[in-house]
Amino acid sequence: MSVRVLLPNAFQKHTNGAKEIQSSAANLPQLIDEIEVTFPALKTHLRDETGNVRRFINFYVNEEDIRFLGNEKYAFKDGDEVLVIPSIAGGCSCCSYCGQEECLCY
Amino acid sequence: MALSYELCCRECGKRYENQPLSICDECFSPLEVVVDLDAAKKTVTRESIAQGPTNMWRYQALLPVPDTYVPQTPAGWTPLVKAPRLAERIGAKNLYIKNDAVCMPTLSFKDRVVAVALANAQRFGFDTVGCSSTGNLANSVAAQAARLGLKTYILVPADLEAAKILNTQVYGANLIRIDGNYDHVNRLSSQIADRYNWGFVNVNLRPYYAEGSKTVGFEIAEQLGWRLPDNVVVPMAGGSLITKIRKAFKELIALGLVEPKDVRFFGAQATGCSPIAKAVKTGADHIEPQRPSTIARSLAIGNPADGVYAAKAIRESGGWAEDVSDVEIVSGIQELAETEGIFTETAGGVTTAVTARLYAHGRIKPEELTVTCITGNGLKTTDVLAGAYEQEEAIRPRLTDFENYINEIKELNDLVSGGVDVR
Repeated sequence: MSVRVLLPNAFQKHTNGAKEIQSSAANLPQLIDEIEVTFPALKTHLRDETGNVRRFINFYVNEEDIRFLGNEKYAFKDGDEVLVIPSIAGGCSCCSYCGQEECLCY
Repeated sequence: MALSYELCCRECGKRYENQPLSICDECFSPLEVVVDLDAAKKTVTRESIAQGPTNMWRYQALLPVPDTYVPQTPAGWTPLVKAPRLAERIGAKNLYIKNDAVCMPTLSFKDRVVAVALANAQRFGFDTVGCSSTGNLANSVAAQAARLGLKTYILVPADLEAAKILNTQVYGANLIRIDGNYDHVNRLSSQIADRYNWGFVNVNLRPYYAEGSKTVGFEIAEQLGWRLPDNVVVPMAGGSLITKIRKAFKELIALGLVEPKDVRFFGAQATGCSPIAKAVKTGADHIEPQRPSTIARSLAIGNPADGVYAAKAIRESGGWAEDVSDVEIVSGIQELAETEGIFTETAGGVTTAVTARLYAHGRIKPEELTVTCITGNGLKTTDVLAGAYEQEEAIRPRLTDFENYINEIKELNDLVSGGVDVR
């Protein structure tokens, strides 16, 4: 069983430029482990201090958000295409000057 | 602008030179523009702003554009109007409407963000720009890019309102309809932006684009006589606008242009796509994505990228979020038009209906100074009013016919309301 995993440009600095991998992972937790083994440099960037995958990273399977498919419980099928895409957000309401959510400028 | 600004990751703090980049390469979180406050304090005063043009570029010194930039499109500076008749209807006493239904050039607040994004697209040397859009952004990118002579590729969900499709194509844009919802479109745009050297206003230009929304907040404060309101009600799609209005108020306080005040922020969504409102109501620190099903297509983003920030901003401010049904959305459109003469699109119906509910539930007190943000024009979503009004039969051009007609109407009204004086 093999799934094709497409990685975003933002990852490539830590993947020696690799844009995609073939994986035999059975589900999302296995896939994340495999990505981290394949690209050790990515590991510290992929997870936050508590060890969770960072909240702005989204996973999609064949155009569907994996959270609609059962998330970690979804069993990959042979030929699945997995997209890894960071959210494109505009940022928080932090003050532009002090950079703090609770503004320190006043 | 004469001030220094650059990109900064809000999560890990890494700084970046100005470039078309929206994701931190260390922690994959969103990048944001940061500005040198000391420099701004020296140059920006109420007077310097007043001497600027009567459009959003009066705040050019507070926006991330080069100091040599000469604005091409006079977007913004839309009316802030008192809304006494709507106020009376919904139990308010001090209600204002910020009316971006008449924002130029394409009749939505998106003209503001696009103006800033395209200024940066030009700075970075792009000859082709694009976006993923639920409609209003498509219109604005198409129009403003035409004016700047830029090529455009615009991706929209296939089921978009006909008016929003036409209002994109007329500017000569390459419009690509995607068989999917906005979240599908947005994801594809991320992939395209990774592969093509284009300036996608809401992907790789997003940090600059988002700053344009601050001008809504700047204008509200200035139009209130350089003071902040008690409450602001804002529609939420991706969740960016509400956070940027809050950011604008913080910046004005930091610059000493307004007195410090804790403004409460209230978010408005359609029940058929309400992931941010749900997070606020449940106290969740994450956004549970939804599959949108609502007539408010311009708000139909099931996985809102700025949702966590919007929910956080609302909670921290002491505000709240509400969501309303499609029936209430249409009623909201009609109520705003009938009371204040403002014809808004479905998103404005959402905001109006949510505003009414916030008063009804006592979340906003009648005497508090409240601004409700109308962000788009009703002429773009007339399909939701199909069948709402009867087409009257034509009468002959004779006074007797007219009088008969008036009497019929009067009788009908008497039947319905128990007595209405036509005179």
